[in-house]
Amino acid sequence: MDDKQAISIEHLTVAYDARPVLWNITTGFKEGRLTAIIGPNGAGKSTLIKSVLNFLQPITGTVAFSIQNEQNVPYKKIKNKVAYVPQNTSVDWDFPATVLDVVLMGRYGHLGWLKRPGKRDKDLSKQMLLKVGLPTFASRQISQLSGGQRQRVFLARALAQEADIYIMDEPLSGVDMKTERIIMKLLKKLVEQGKTVIVVHHDLQTVEDYFDDVVFINREVIAQGPVQEAFTQGNIDETYHQDRNLGEGEG
Amino acid sequence: MKLIIRIETWEKVKADMLEQIRLLLNDYTFQVVALGTGFLGLLSGVIGTYATLRKESLLGDALSHAALPGIGIGFILIQRKELSVLMLGAIISGLIATVIIQTMSRKTVVKLDSALSLILSSFFGLGLVILTSIQNNPNAQQAGLSNFIFGQASAMLRSNVQLIGLTGLVLLVLVALFWKEFKVFTFDPMFGRTLGFSSKIVESLLSTMIVVTIILGLESVGVILISALLTGPSVAARQWTNRLSLVMLLAAGIGFVSGVTGTFISSMGARIPTGPSIVVVVSMFVFLSLFISPGRGILARHMAYRKRQKVFMKQIRSLEE
Repeated sequence: MDDKQAISIEHLTVAYDARPVLWNITTGFKEGRLTAIIGPNGAGKSTLIKSVLNFLQPITGTVAFSIQNEQNVPYKKIKNKVAYVPQNTSVDWDFPATVLDVVLMGRYGHLGWLKRPGKRDKDLSKQMLLKVGLPTFASRQISQLSGGQRQRVFLARALAQEADIYIMDEPLSGVDMKTERIIMKLLKKLVEQGKTVIVVHHDLQTVEDYFDDVVFINREVIAQGPVQEAFTQGNIDETYHQDRNLGEGEG
Repeated sequence: MKLIIRIETWEKVKADMLEQIRLLLNDYTFQVVALGTGFLGLLSGVIGTYATLRKESLLGDALSHAALPGIGIGFILIQRKELSVLMLGAIISGLIATVIIQTMSRKTVVKLDSALSLILSSFFGLGLVILTSIQNNPNAQQAGLSNFIFGQASAMLRSNVQLIGLTGLVLLVLVALFWKEFKVFTFDPMFGRTLGFSSKIVESLLSTMIVVTIILGLESVGVILISALLTGPSVAARQWTNRLSLVMLLAAGIGFVSGVTGTFISSMGARIPTGPSIVVVVSMFVFLSLFISPGRGILARHMAYRKRQKVFMKQIRSLEE
């Protein structure tokens, strides 16, 4: 097993107010592995992703990235090698744009300031639409998409970034079985190509089928490791147990 | 006999009106002013498209209302109607209001909509108080200061039109240059940040452009109604097309036509303020678009629904037979 870490997080602590949302998180995401971040609602999964992507300023702690020829560098330096897939509910789908417009946005980072996407970018974006199973959707208006199709468009946009690390916030929430299978097949393919894929996941039933590694989070890292070892009933209980107190036990 | 006289009078009235219109259209002042408001409408259409898509229309409304006390204070300080000073005052008080609104809602003491309406009205109230007290002072210079409330385009000088034209041109060039950056930050700002673009630069550029457009329109359209000129054209344009570039082009056209037509209406009668006339024209475009546009329009949707109903009914009936 390759132990090289694509992202290593040390002593990360994040707080919006007096109560920390994440407390002393030390964990890592291995290169070329498909990792699930698991935890109850409000456990800080999305916060973890957001601090990894520099949306939030942590109180303490470091996040370092390693890809092919860059080792232990901050996020700023390799932004274009990290693709982020936000929850598809985070945008207004009535925005006047076609599916191809949205996928093309994945190329913007490589183009840099002011430059416009060219034919090569368009061809690549169309290819990515083919990969997510929406080859005929290029000129379709985005408001006409179903939930599963929206998620696949977002995935195609991330693929168009040609990144090394893919970070996804609940890509399987609210999508049908067919879409779920398409997405997971694609993620597996990415991992086979040596890419690192990190997914915030909520469905405990499918963890064993879908993922290589798992990180249990409930404000702190409860457990982590390969699914075969770490995905135990004991760890699940420990992670989800605090949720049953309805948040009153902790303070 | 009576009827003939009536027709003759009508003919005369019509001829008079046509003559008046002809004179107006050939009038140099009208041409200058109409060009100014037309270009202002065009600019509002383009920049307003970002404001509506970013759901910041209300913020623009608050900002323009809040500009009024700044205009009054600017006048008090120099005792003259120097446009640049008044605009600076407008920008400063508008920005102060925006900061207050954002702090209020971010600290979650007050919800955003309450903060907006509260600050909007209190700043506007303060502005009215200041303006009224200025008008009570014996300073001949203050004449026309109240134009900022409802807008009086006829007060526009050639230099003002040049200012609008030049500033507007800069803004349009910025839109063309940063087209892709503005697009991604309007659709999905979080994603835009992960692409390596500085959200500070892009977002503050966008906000500044919206602010500048509002300030440019204050004198001719007025603080109360400028936000309608900012939102109306893009809302109407959105009904007709699904492409951002076309929405913007169409909004520019609607804004231009509204500006010119509104100024025309306001010049026809005595003391009709320009702002309301322009806004009435914009609203006509909006309502017409909401109603009759294909696809998204209320009428089209209703007809599609009826058609579907008929088809389904037919299918059900054929099953029953």
